Amino acid sequence: MPENETSVDVRETIIYVRDLVKRFGHFVANDHLSFDVYKGEIFGFLGANGAGKTTAIRILCGLSSPTSGQINVGGFDAYLETEKIKKNIGYMSQKFSLYEDLTVEENFTFYGGVYGLSRKQIKEKTTLLLTRLDLLEERKTVLKALPLGWKQKLAFCVAIMHDPKIVFLDEPTGGVDPITRRQFWDLIYEASHNGITVFVTTHYMDEAEYCERVTIMVDGRIDALDTPANLKAKYTASSMNEVFLRLARTAKATGE
Amino acid sequence: MFKFIVKEFHHIFRDYRTMIILFGMPVVQVLLFGFAITTDIKDAKIAILDKSNDYMTHEITNKLLSSGYFILGGNLDKDDQIDKAFRKGDIREVVIFEKNFAQKIEKEQHASVQIIADASDPNMANLLFNYTQSIMKDYQRQLFKDKKFPLQIQTETRMMYNPELKSVYMFVPGTITILLMLICAMMTSISIAREKELGTMEVLLVSPLKPFQIIVGKVIPYVLLSCVNAIIILLLSFFVLGMPVQGSLLLLMAETILFIFMSLSMGIFISTVSQTQQIAMMMSMFALMLPTILLSGFIFPIENMPVVLQYISMIMPSRWFIIIIKGIMLKGSDITYLWKETLILVGLIAFFIMMSVKKFKVRLA
Amino acid sequence: MRTILYIIQKEFRQLKRNRQMLPIIFVMPMVQLLVLSFAATFEIKNTNLYIVDNDHSQLSRELTAQFRGSHFYTITGYTEDYKTAAKALELRKASQILIIPDHFERDLNKEDKAKVQVVTDAINGSAAALTSAYALSIIRDFNVNLLVDTYPAINLKDPVDVRYSFWYNPKLDYTTFMVPGILVLLITIIGLFLSGMNVVREKEIGTIEQINVTPIHKYEFIAGKLIPFWLIALFELAFGLTLAKLVFNIPMVGSIELIFGVAAVYLIAIMGLGLFISTLADTQQQSMFLSWFFMVIFILMSGLFTPIDSMPEWAKTINIINPIHYFIPVMRNVMLKGSQFSDISKHFWALACYGIISISLAVWRYRKTS
Repeated sequence: MPENETSVDVRETIIYVRDLVKRFGHFVANDHLSFDVYKGEIFGFLGANGAGKTTAIRILCGLSSPTSGQINVGGFDAYLETEKIKKNIGYMSQKFSLYEDLTVEENFTFYGGVYGLSRKQIKEKTTLLLTRLDLLEERKTVLKALPLGWKQKLAFCVAIMHDPKIVFLDEPTGGVDPITRRQFWDLIYEASHNGITVFVTTHYMDEAEYCERVTIMVDGRIDALDTPANLKAKYTASSMNEVFLRLARTAKATGE
Repeated sequence: MFKFIVKEFHHIFRDYRTMIILFGMPVVQVLLFGFAITTDIKDAKIAILDKSNDYMTHEITNKLLSSGYFILGGNLDKDDQIDKAFRKGDIREVVIFEKNFAQKIEKEQHASVQIIADASDPNMANLLFNYTQSIMKDYQRQLFKDKKFPLQIQTETRMMYNPELKSVYMFVPGTITILLMLICAMMTSISIAREKELGTMEVLLVSPLKPFQIIVGKVIPYVLLSCVNAIIILLLSFFVLGMPVQGSLLLLMAETILFIFMSLSMGIFISTVSQTQQIAMMMSMFALMLPTILLSGFIFPIENMPVVLQYISMIMPSRWFIIIIKGIMLKGSDITYLWKETLILVGLIAFFIMMSVKKFKVRLA
Repeated sequence: MRTILYIIQKEFRQLKRNRQMLPIIFVMPMVQLLVLSFAATFEIKNTNLYIVDNDHSQLSRELTAQFRGSHFYTITGYTEDYKTAAKALELRKASQILIIPDHFERDLNKEDKAKVQVVTDAINGSAAALTSAYALSIIRDFNVNLLVDTYPAINLKDPVDVRYSFWYNPKLDYTTFMVPGILVLLITIIGLFLSGMNVVREKEIGTIEQINVTPIHKYEFIAGKLIPFWLIALFELAFGLTLAKLVFNIPMVGSIELIFGVAAVYLIAIMGLGLFISTLADTQQQSMFLSWFFMVIFILMSGLFTPIDSMPEWAKTINIINPIHYFIPVMRNVMLKGSQFSDISKHFWALACYGIISISLAVWRYRKTS
């Protein structure tokens, strides 16, 4: 249970994780993770590369099965009901989200159709989202020809196109300039405002400030779980970056 | 640069699936060609429509069935059963003896037997018919031993280089060629295309390694692999199949290495024109492997092809290499007989490398 | 169901964009069909003959003339020295030598017996058997004519009168035999390779993660991946058959619907195999290599080029899991002999079983959650 809570949370839990363990042979990638994610919040999953973030998010998405622990996503069990989970979530990873050899519109059509939207809905959503991104003219452009920042924003839109309960973002803003990142987070805020829970992993510590609550993973364990404000207070740090460094140093000090 | 080669080796060896196939293939192919794939005729199913059913027809039938060429697929009683028998696809030939066969031979010295061959496979049909006919002529000679004709020309036939008419001799050189091409051309082209497709090629180009070093590094493991493979095939064909190497082993190895470089240069060229691995593969397949199998003289003799195709096959290195191998292994030819073909191979290598360099420069420019 | 349609739509769109693949998939197989059908023949059109005549008699010249006059033979040399002829054989300037010894005419007239020798380059065993037989038959005809001219009253009729006829392909046209087989080969390549590599490609590039995270069912994904190539292969079959008819005049005795019916099932079987193979691979290179390995073995053993009857038992047993060997006879028998469903039902059901098993295996092996 998270400590240092200054208020009692009566919000609905949409992701429930208790003692999640994921082992690859002898290597423990996720070591007894426990946390709740509340409906509608922007939940950050921070940590250095290799800390176990991607492993955990893949389990929550149903891409990987846990070694042990209780996991419930959107009301569905992560062992037995992975397909039901998938109906209700969206996913975007830094590496590959959209098909490079299809146009923007064709990507929207494909994923929309796959998630069960009608042709009319697909058309409306596509226009809506492209207008929001100010990319309507690029409708028929092949994805390969677009700059990375646009691709990322488009990928995000495709991920939320079917109005999922939760959208999982795995290092979504890698490789772009800070302004584009800021614009991306605007999109995230809007989605959250519309009731979508956002679960985002990142190694950019400044992005942690944008989240409502964050956890920091170190070596497969959760070493902190709280709002950014609380964490900064607890570790007397002026930025999340400092919080992270302190945690990492503590881990080193205790001989990990 | 050495490290790069080592990395490539590791890359390949870790891929144990490919490894198994790489070394299993020659063994399997030699086994197949040695024992399973043959143009020889054996155990062809025939049907007998015997309208006589006398001792003579039985004798002839026995002779046919004990020749090793034929086995009995069925006995028919009516003419209209023939089409159905063929249509089912099992029966290759039907032998029809007319009524009162033995009687007619004894009294009139003349009776007829009809051979109907399923010519949907014309080669088979031709061979089967020839064998059937010669067995019958043999029987006839036995019957009429005493009849002596004057002015007999006796022909003695001699089969050179392959007295037992083993079809294996035809296939082993082709097998070596195909395998070397597969490894050196196909796999190399796909391997290089892979770096391009996954974007790692640019990383390599930016490194201190020169482009030609990259290519050499990528290619050396395959060279070694194909050498090992070629040796395996030769050893296997020699020990298991009894295929001789009449000529100089050294020359054989030298020409093989030449051909390896030939395939490599082709593989490199293909990779320079392919955007993705799939394309490299399809190109290797359609522009290289299939034509090699069918136009190089591997299975089908070049002399029988339409003139146009004979000219096309001239630009195919595999055609020349097969001639070289057959020459060395089966005829014991030395370089004085094969210099023309060798030169052609060298020329083709130069050609492909030049083309590859040109293409490569264009991309970098 | 709708999902499958969306996947198929995506596949076709991607294919359309792939500028280099299109000609390879559509044009190359047709070119191959045309070129290779002309090339693939065992028919011996011409034999280069070297004559060693040590007799120089009227008779030897007459015998030589028989060969010269035959359009199966081209005389490439004429010598008295066997060594020259042997060298020609080794250099491939000739593939057969006719040796007429000295005293040929004298021996024949005096002792009623004379010998000649026919030496054939037998590296290609079956061709050698045939050319040897040709030479023998020319000599024999010469012999018969000689006998009849010398002894007009002689009765040379063979007691056992062998009559023959060749059904379904009376002209012994080799292309008629090869073309159906080559068609099978071409659609097999498309079915086996492309479908499998396509799935591995997504794996290799990583887009398969995105698929796995959606509610797409396994079977929907696989169906969506296979159906486009299934359609393409059938289309190519249709196109190839048209070419076969127009260019090679291949007979089409049986029912076209039957051919397409069996082809449809065959493609499923072959694609299932290709797909299953690709689930064993992580990279396209591996997938291609594995598929290639199986394809070569199966094609060689399928009876496409060489007769199945001549194979040993163990090879015939292996053929049970070889889908190609079921389909080739169907193509040939239906096209050339007009076989009907009852004739080929065994093959059809074998292919159907094969298809079900291979696709099931492939689907089972494909995991969305690892």
